[in-house]
Amino acid sequence: MNVINIKNISKIYQMGTVQVSALVDVSIKIDRNEYVAIMGPSGSGKSTLMNIIGCLDTPTSGLYEFNGVNVGEMADNDLATIRNKEIGFVFQTFNLLSRSDALHNVELPLIYAGIKRSERRELAEEALHHVKLGDRMHHKPNELSGGQRQRVAIARALVTKPSIILADEPTGNLDSKTGIEIMALFNELHQQGNTIILVTHEEDIAAYAHRIIRIRDGMVESDHFVENRHVPKILA
Amino acid sequence: MKLLDFGFELKEGLAISFQAIRANKMRSVLTTLGIIIGIVSVTLMGTAIEGLNRSFNENIQKLGADVLYVQKFPWFDGGDNWWKYRNRKDITVRQYRSIKDQATMLAAASPSSGRMATVKYLNHSIEGVMAVGSNQDYLAISGATMENGRFFSQAESDGGRPVVVLGYKVAGDLFPNETPIGKNVKVSNYTYRVVGVMAEQGNFLGWSLDNRVVIPMTNFMQRFFNRRHGIEIQVKVSDLKQIEDAKEELRGILRKVRNVKPGDEDDFAINQQELFIQTFNTIGGVIAGIGLFITALSLFVGAIGIMNIMFVSVTERTKEIGIRKAIGAKRLTILLQFLIEAAALALMGGVLGLMISYPLSLLLDQVLPTSMPISVVLIAIFISILVGVISGFLPANRASKMDPVDALRYE
Ligand SMILES: Nc1ncnc2c1ncn2[C@@H]1O[C@H](COP(=O)(O)OP(=O)(O)O)[C@@H](O)[C@H]1O
Ligand SMILES: [Mg+2]
Repeated sequence: MNVINIKNISKIYQMGTVQVSALVDVSIKIDRNEYVAIMGPSGSGKSTLMNIIGCLDTPTSGLYEFNGVNVGEMADNDLATIRNKEIGFVFQTFNLLSRSDALHNVELPLIYAGIKRSERRELAEEALHHVKLGDRMHHKPNELSGGQRQRVAIARALVTKPSIILADEPTGNLDSKTGIEIMALFNELHQQGNTIILVTHEEDIAAYAHRIIRIRDGMVESDHFVENRHVPKILA
Repeated sequence: MKLLDFGFELKEGLAISFQAIRANKMRSVLTTLGIIIGIVSVTLMGTAIEGLNRSFNENIQKLGADVLYVQKFPWFDGGDNWWKYRNRKDITVRQYRSIKDQATMLAAASPSSGRMATVKYLNHSIEGVMAVGSNQDYLAISGATMENGRFFSQAESDGGRPVVVLGYKVAGDLFPNETPIGKNVKVSNYTYRVVGVMAEQGNFLGWSLDNRVVIPMTNFMQRFFNRRHGIEIQVKVSDLKQIEDAKEELRGILRKVRNVKPGDEDDFAINQQELFIQTFNTIGGVIAGIGLFITALSLFVGAIGIMNIMFVSVTERTKEIGIRKAIGAKRLTILLQFLIEAAALALMGGVLGLMISYPLSLLLDQVLPTSMPISVVLIAIFISILVGVISGFLPANRASKMDPVDALRYE
């Protein structure tokens, strides 16, 4: 069964009297343990699609099934639960709570999942070790580099062991060396069995994925598997 | 399960709100100024009313509910009629005798007058002692009891014997090391033999009841009487339930003996404790009215302040709300987070208010015997939380209904 099954989805924004069609009749299926890159120029609708996949936003029309369940029929609370348990979001601008340290940021989804303090402490520490930030747990975001912040965000996305990890231009605010490090991390997560959907407008970055979906003007332009995948090399 | 969720959300909400308040200490304190003032005024009002009630109860017991006071002046009448009362015929011992002879509903009656005097024993001397003239019914009417010795007898009273009963404090000051009974003391240079000492009575409206001496009225009239002070007649009725009838009977006797023409108004006043009750209630009502007005006004201002700051806080933290929603916070969670923050803010104001009003209540205790009742403290805490929750609701609701995508996009 597909993790994600999108059928004929459209998203229309009403801007006063003007209608902006951000997505037009988009259909996509994504399986477990796929590594998909969504590509397209700025304004083509990538983020809109990601937000719909991540249950942050709802389409104007069309069907969206997540793990076989129709998202369109879900109540607000159920969507929150899906976002919490099934989806790990990584944003271009990191979106960490600036007043909280790394550990607390990573704990946050576990708090909303209602997990006991001692257990979530353990899970959060584990996730931070996983992204090699075991020695930065009590640093606040402004005491961390961009790459480190994004790794905190990835740890936060991972910590609930979600069905999919969604990353919207995760390297967009990073220099290329740090970007490669982050891509190496995604590669590793994929090898460990995670399903990853990544938005980017850089061919270099997209080339790490197994499958590339190209979007233009809100429509799927192409959808194919990658022949020569990049395998990120990090110089340790 | 649902309850468990709520407990958890409450706990997390508290943690978040304390973090938020700590991050904006100055703003938080300023915001709660209205609450602080409101809580100070409500607690001080409660404390003052408690003090009034307490002194009321203490004083009223000393006064005796069943005692009537025949005087020229009515209690608690405005100053306008002062001259009219002043020029009334004096209350006299003869009128007391008429009452004593004719009234049927009395348990005890006594003429009474008082004057400041200096009391001496050997080289001990106390100034400003109230020398009271009364008769053998003094104890029954005043409710005082004996500590030592006895009260003077009817024979001693009628005969105007130079005997004296000392108040507790006078006895203690004059006779620190020996028994006063049988000793001769001087009251304003007249010699009196001490026959007894009354037990401690405490204060009445701030007056020490123990700083007095009681001598037979006949003797008092000869040596101390001052027309300017006049005398009064104190009457204890035999049955409190029939106090109104007793009062009527007393009135009839007094009108006759004082030659008041039929149709003319009384040229005397029969006062009773009831008047104290009314006055105390009036004072209490005024304090409560002013206190409630200030409280309501400042709590309203405080509530507006908190609502305002919570709207600011919600707007400032739009992005944070978006992040929290994106990683799974439910609407209720966000709602509670901000409600709790508002309540914690208001509660902080309430606690600061209590910290200010507690020392003030100690000052108040210098004037009125009082202490801040625990119920007032609990009410203050309850009110501040309530104000916080009410004023936090609209901002919290706005936060909880934010669209996550819009919130995340907010810069
Ligand atoms: N909240 C919104 N209101 C109106 N228009 C929007 C909104 N969000 C996105 N759009 C429009 O939808 C289109 C797709 O935007 P987006 O999905 O953010 O593109 P991308 O992420 O590919 O750059 C753009 O034309 C954008 O202006
Ligand atoms: Mg985008």
